[in-house]
Amino acid sequence: MTINTLQIATIWLDGCSGCHMSLLDMDEHLEKIAHLFDMVYSPLVDSTSLPASVDLILIEGAVSSEKDLEHLMNARKSAACLVALGDCAVTGNVPSMRNSFSLSDVLATSYQKDVSANPQIPTGFVPALLEHVTPLHAHVQVDHFLPGCPPPASAIFALLSHLLQGKQPDVSKLSRFGS
Amino acid sequence: MDQPIIIEPITRIEGHGKISIHLAPNGEVADAKLHVTQFRGFETFCQGRPFAEMISLVERICGICPISHSLASAKACDDILGIRVPETAQKLRVLLNCGEFIQSHALSFFHLSGPDLILGMDAPAEKRNLFHMLQSHPEIAKDGIRLRQIGQQIIEGLTGKRIHPAWVVPGGVRTPLQEHERDTLLERLPEAQAILERAITLFIESLKKWQDEIEHFANFPTLFVALTNSSGQLEHVHGNLRCIDENGAILEQCQTAAAYQDIIGEASEQYSYLKSPFYIPRGYPAGMYRVGPAARLNVANGCPTPWAHTLWEQFRLFAQGPILSSFYNHFARLVEIVYCLETAEQLLQESNITSKHIRAHAQPNYHEGIGIVEAPRGTLIHHYNVNTDGLIERVNLIVATGNNNLAMNKGLVQVAKKWVKGSSLSEGAINRLQAVIRAFDPCLSCSTHAVRGPVTAIELLNYDGKLLDSI
Ligand code: SF4
Repeated sequence: MTINTLQIATIWLDGCSGCHMSLLDMDEHLEKIAHLFDMVYSPLVDSTSLPASVDLILIEGAVSSEKDLEHLMNARKSAACLVALGDCAVTGNVPSMRNSFSLSDVLATSYQKDVSANPQIPTGFVPALLEHVTPLHAHVQVDHFLPGCPPPASAIFALLSHLLQGKQPDVSKLSRFGS
Repeated sequence: MDQPIIIEPITRIEGHGKISIHLAPNGEVADAKLHVTQFRGFETFCQGRPFAEMISLVERICGICPISHSLASAKACDDILGIRVPETAQKLRVLLNCGEFIQSHALSFFHLSGPDLILGMDAPAEKRNLFHMLQSHPEIAKDGIRLRQIGQQIIEGLTGKRIHPAWVVPGGVRTPLQEHERDTLLERLPEAQAILERAITLFIESLKKWQDEIEHFANFPTLFVALTNSSGQLEHVHGNLRCIDENGAILEQCQTAAAYQDIIGEASEQYSYLKSPFYIPRGYPAGMYRVGPAARLNVANGCPTPWAHTLWEQFRLFAQGPILSSFYNHFARLVEIVYCLETAEQLLQESNITSKHIRAHAQPNYHEGIGIVEAPRGTLIHHYNVNTDGLIERVNLIVATGNNNLAMNKGLVQVAKKWVKGSSLSEGAINRLQAVIRAFDPCLSCSTHAVRGPVTAIELLNYDGKLLDSI
């Protein structure tokens, strides 16, 4: 690790992993910039805890469970710069569609109605779900929003390369909600 | 109460989960469990939506296999329309699926499991990832990136978008394949084939190293379930379900999609947001079965394309009867990439592949629709009921990773018994516990459509429930 290497983390809350996949879709650009940063925490690497201070954290997904909220709070403490990556993080998107129903109904449909054995709602070893799914900025200050479902790889690359060079990114023309 | 070791999050798999290991009073491993910690609730919030909207909604279940969800959903919608999908559209759907299998299997083999396979299970944690591999083993890492890219480019070439394209529609597909796109896609295939030749050689040469893992990575008898074509060969998009027993005898050969309801039931468990499907005639939990790449090669009596068929023969020689160790999923993934490259090449060369007749139209004619496909991780079932206006009344989704839930848990017990010693977790044990899960390549975002997220805690619990160690 050189002194100038930026420490980056990516976090996956309630999303579909599509935003992480779009990050990998940078393809050969990934090879070009891989030496500029150190991925210190991410579903794509093996480290199991988020370092106390990280330069940049990209967060995919909305906040749906107590665990998500805890991850997000930790991330905010640790991140110099925090990015809401993709529509789920920016607006709540598809995960928040369950907000029009009561959580107990949603759980009952999945675990009690449509099963042929052991109808029961999971409660052990799994985090409690929040009544409503919310975007990141409902809980913490977000430094940059990158919409898109997922944001295209080119927009993620533009954002990353600007931030890696210490510039203010402007991705407003590179991505939009939905596509 | 026994007390588990918890591993959380489980890294380098697609989903949120953790592992707990429970010790008996004598200090030996008594049990181990995979806990999937994400929940989405698609079954509820899809209610009331127009059925044709389902395809773009269910793609958001998973960013790795959105195409599988769109295909299963489209097949269920075709069923509701009672329509015959034009031949070119059928072919384009298969071609699209080839793109997805190539990218998804490349991701699993190179990006996620590659670091274990190349550097070894005992390599330092900070080295076991793609970004480090780009520096230590650039050729292999670049092969992985390029192969995944070629898969994604097939999807992009057909649909204009790589992730969540919403291009498959009820009755067909949205846009025809342009001739210049066809030519570009064809030109890229030889490069992908060359990457596969290198990967296969690499894997076969490394097999000697993995005898312990082969022996203990979910190596036990189970049933296997997969689609096959009408000749009983490997099939991903069409065909019907077949179930074989631990000796390879055919237990069930379904003739319709609806017949899945007679063989597959689902159970809820208190410790996970991931449900546990089982084979109904044997009951729960005895009706454990496996799906996915190795299961498909076990269930099929061959592959329809020549190179893949030769590799299938090689696969079946790893053991007598069905291949039981889930470690061989890694090889099965390579076989399936070959099958997809060969299938894509054949389809791209067919004269009507650029035909403009790609969609049939109808109003909803039936109240129920069922779509079954093989997703990269295994059998995927979408089952919808709609009202007379075509609004969704009930949705049931049985996803690939769920089908493997019982077997993944049993696989964890097997690995824990072999590698967890005493009251703390060694690096090698931690990684192997995660690696056995990774061999199934679980997609926890799918499994919990229902749920999402990366698995990544391991907790080691004493017999009295006291936490001994955790990561
Ligand atoms: S924004 Fe879209 S691609 Fe990203 S996690 Fe959410 S659903 Fe998936």
